[in-house]
Amino acid sequence: MLEFDHLSLTQGDPSFGDFTLSADFTIPVGKRVAVIGPSGAGKSTLLSLIGGFEAPDRGAIRWQGRDMTRALPHQRPIAHLFQDNNLFSHMTAAENVGLGIRPNLRLSRAEKARVAEALAAVGLSGMEARRPGELSGGQQSRVALARVLVQEKPLILLDEPFSALGPAMRGEMIDQAIQVSDRLSATMLMVTHDIADVDRFADLVIWVEGGLCQPPRVWAEMKADPPQGLTDYLGS
Amino acid sequence: MAQRVFAINRLRSLWPGLLAAALVAALSLGTLGAVALRAESFSALSRFDWLAVRFTVVQAALSAALSVLFAIPAARALARRSFPGRGLLITLLGAPFILPTIVAILGLTAVFGKTGFVSVLLSWAGLEPISIYGFHGVVLAHVFFNLPLATRLLLQGWGAIPAERFRLASALHFAPGDIFRHIELPMLKEIVPGAFTVIFLICTTSFAVALTFGGGPKATTVELAIYEAFRYDFNLGKASLLALIQVLICVVAALTSLRFRVPQMGQGGLDRVVQRFDARTIRGLAFDLFWIGTVSLFLLTPLLAILLRGTAGISDLPASVWSAALRSLATALGSAGLAILLSLALALSALRWRGLEVIGMSSIAASPLVMGTGLYIVLFAVTDPAEWALLITALVNAVMSLPFILRALSPALAAVERDYGRLSDSLGLTGWARLRLVTLPRLKAPIGFSAGLAAALSMGDLGVITLFARPEAATLPLQIYRLMGSYRMDQAMGAALLLLGLSLSLFYIFDLWGRRRA
Repeated sequence: MLEFDHLSLTQGDPSFGDFTLSADFTIPVGKRVAVIGPSGAGKSTLLSLIGGFEAPDRGAIRWQGRDMTRALPHQRPIAHLFQDNNLFSHMTAAENVGLGIRPNLRLSRAEKARVAEALAAVGLSGMEARRPGELSGGQQSRVALARVLVQEKPLILLDEPFSALGPAMRGEMIDQAIQVSDRLSATMLMVTHDIADVDRFADLVIWVEGGLCQPPRVWAEMKADPPQGLTDYLGS
Repeated sequence: MAQRVFAINRLRSLWPGLLAAALVAALSLGTLGAVALRAESFSALSRFDWLAVRFTVVQAALSAALSVLFAIPAARALARRSFPGRGLLITLLGAPFILPTIVAILGLTAVFGKTGFVSVLLSWAGLEPISIYGFHGVVLAHVFFNLPLATRLLLQGWGAIPAERFRLASALHFAPGDIFRHIELPMLKEIVPGAFTVIFLICTTSFAVALTFGGGPKATTVELAIYEAFRYDFNLGKASLLALIQVLICVVAALTSLRFRVPQMGQGGLDRVVQRFDARTIRGLAFDLFWIGTVSLFLLTPLLAILLRGTAGISDLPASVWSAALRSLATALGSAGLAILLSLALALSALRWRGLEVIGMSSIAASPLVMGTGLYIVLFAVTDPAEWALLITALVNAVMSLPFILRALSPALAAVERDYGRLSDSLGLTGWARLRLVTLPRLKAPIGFSAGLAAALSMGDLGVITLFARPEAATLPLQIYRLMGSYRMDQAMGAALLLLGLSLSLFYIFDLWGRRRA
């Protein structure tokens, strides 16, 4: 399980005063968790802390009981999909995926075969040599998902990676992401703004408001008995 | 941001930048120390030396003032007129930066010199021919170099004014005077002080122009006085005292420039012509035509003169010119390599500690002549400095080009970090793999541009090399200077054309390589 133990991070902001993000709960293995909340509530900060791009002031993050609070991003058992710039635009699709196996890109024949296989698994067979500029937005997302596939990490973090896509394409990509996580039996956290995404994707939901991350709840239950902030957020 | 540093700090090595910064500091400060230590006594400066100080400041101020003053109407005309060749003219405005000084000097001589084009016209009219030597010659050359720079900087200022303001002004029936007062003047107030200080700073370290057009008690810059104290009198006490004064002038000017927003030399905002509803008068059109025409003539005639007279001379160049050209090419390539190595080390490590970049930029206030003198003294203790002339020329020029290169590289590197930092961190792209796969490919364009810049600047150098080179081991600019000194003008023009061609080709080839898609 992914465990946040009295985790907190205070960020100073001269115009708005200090902002404190806090989380103290656990997420069971293999679940798909949506992270929702108003803009600026701290959703992305939570993912940054898990990913190791920011360090907490206090508390610890543990995966399967192992402390990873101070580990570097690439030492953590995590694969990422960021909001944008998920692909290096000067590299081919195959190179972008290959980075997930070996960051120096010196791949063996077997590893190259794995890259091709991963691209085929996301419906991009034969597109190895294309660069991101020659791919559609949806295809670019698929390349990034193929990389997540070869990275074989037990934890996948998605920070609104499909927000630039149209609704239909976004649904397709979420289904693709679900397939990837199922293949890896991974735990997946996704930040999103869209309730339709949550319906499609989430077993559990973490509600974040004013920096406070609430423990994950089953989505159906949360919808039936929403926190006040969620009611205001949804406007219904 | 503070937390972002968490990952960077542990993934970025600081030592390449520290080494590069140490080298830069040793060259800019250490050499000054070497000169001062070697000085046996600080002989008091003569009246002649104080005249040099005064001349340096006065000519720099006047050159900067004239450059900016003429640039204002020229930039305004370029900002609001669209005509065929506009893009080319704006590109040419960037050329003086990499134009070898000696080439411009020869071109200006061919136009404004005693037997030049202007003097011939004057003598036909029964007037005295003008002389290009002395105070006004130095200022003329400095305006030639810096008017284009000022024009580009101001043109960017005009380009940065939102088009909506001019539409609003037209809707409110602003007269041209109102537009100037409410829209253009505020922009000028912001950009002119910065442009003035930058040009002032450039003109205070002028050496080659003063060496050729100046000289004597009335037209000697401090840099020239250092050269003379060192080369003719070997009076290190005086050289070091002058060196200190030179550094002081530069530091004061550099610190002043920090107070202003110094405009960046970039490509942005140059290609847009603002639609101006107030410019549709005959008077406005005539005014703009006059300024565009004058500036183009002023810039192009000296270069055309080189082209015309040089073509005749290039077939008749002595072997010494060709071997000098080879030496210059080797020096330029070495200098470009060193400059890229140093600037990359500084820029990468500056991601962790910004102070390193400031050290790299600090050579903008350093004097190449002081560096040269210091290095000479240090090397003299162990070996024959003349043996090292080319290496030292390459090194000093690399360090001198760092401020410009860092300005191109650092923002590009920051963009790579912003766009791909997290992705690279999360994938474990560290060290060499990151440099090879991400940083260098993403920075290809600014690296190509910077290498071209460094190569061209070093190719045209006529500063440090004058302190070191033996007669038989001159670089091309030095060889041209010597041909000029022995009044072999046709050969000098031919060699200048060769130098011009080589410098521009070097820049063009590197820049093209950088912009070519991988």
